[in-house]
Amino acid sequence: MTVSPTSDDAVLIIPVFNEAAVIAQVVRAGLAACTRVVCVDDGSTDRSAVLARQAGATVVRHPFNLGQGAALQTGMQYALEATDAEYLITFDADGQHQVADAVAMARHAREHDLAIVFGSRFLDDRTRPGWLRRLLLKSAVWLTNQQTGMRLSDAHNGLRVIRRDAARRVDLRQNRMAHATEIVLQLGRTRLPWQEYPVHVLYTDYSRAKGQPLMNAVNVLVDSILK
Amino acid sequence: MLDQPLIKLILVVAIVGVTVMLNRSTAGARHEAVRRLMLVAFVALALVAVLFPPFLTSVAQVVGVGRGADLLLYGLTVTFLGYVAASYRRLRQMEHRLTVLAREVALQHPSTRQDDSERG
Repeated sequence: MTVSPTSDDAVLIIPVFNEAAVIAQVVRAGLAACTRVVCVDDGSTDRSAVLARQAGATVVRHPFNLGQGAALQTGMQYALEATDAEYLITFDADGQHQVADAVAMARHAREHDLAIVFGSRFLDDRTRPGWLRRLLLKSAVWLTNQQTGMRLSDAHNGLRVIRRDAARRVDLRQNRMAHATEIVLQLGRTRLPWQEYPVHVLYTDYSRAKGQPLMNAVNVLVDSILK
Repeated sequence: MLDQPLIKLILVVAIVGVTVMLNRSTAGARHEAVRRLMLVAFVALALVAVLFPPFLTSVAQVVGVGRGADLLLYGLTVTFLGYVAASYRRLRQMEHRLTVLAREVALQHPSTRQDDSERG
């Protein structure tokens, strides 16, 4: 990885569920760029929590598995209460996001006085999802835009920069994957300035294996309609 | 489509009612009271249906259904839907409470590398 400027006023929030294989590497990369990394261990049954701590992260641990949405909410709450970071960066644990992107997004937010910066893998052609994943993601984008009234080019992208004042107004109640729509909806309602920023999502065999299977799309759809 | 309009109307209204229930915010005591009254009415109806089967059939015929047994089946279907809706809501509420509780527990015990070395 290239040497990137660090972001002292940002905290990286990483929901973790059984990611022992990659978490230490992700945390170390994160610490190289942000002063603080908070891992929310969502009831992992492997050594994720210990490995994250040893790599230098602060670990907040759910007593049992609640889901990624719940983990994000816990992480944001922790960052708001226990740190004075101005920017909260949500980041996936499976290594598909680039720390350099996160730093660039935080800088972009600072320079343009933005409260929210959504990472989007569809603004340039660096990210190469397969056709099925692309179809699924594009459907999710369309649906999210319908439900939230926002006009985003990507949905269910876990890389976001959220300024403290915007994060305070987020209260995720969708514990599982439908939170990705809910967070867009709630952030949109803050009426604070936002932008999308091109990011590179790296699909490794590991992240593919951990990714959402097709049938999960049905659950997301039902969850986001039946509140 | 338009034969037996009365029973169709009743059943459709009941199903829509269940759907609305799914999305409505919980009322407190009043909600509870309505549920209990409905239960009492249900028991009374069940008793009447068992003791005087012809009565059920005549009610069925009033709303345009041939047999009392058919009416019973329709009623049961709607009641079951209502039950599913109510328990779904209850589960969601419980899940939310559990989440808030788990989050509080989690936030009270953040840990870092130092904690591991202290424990040895």
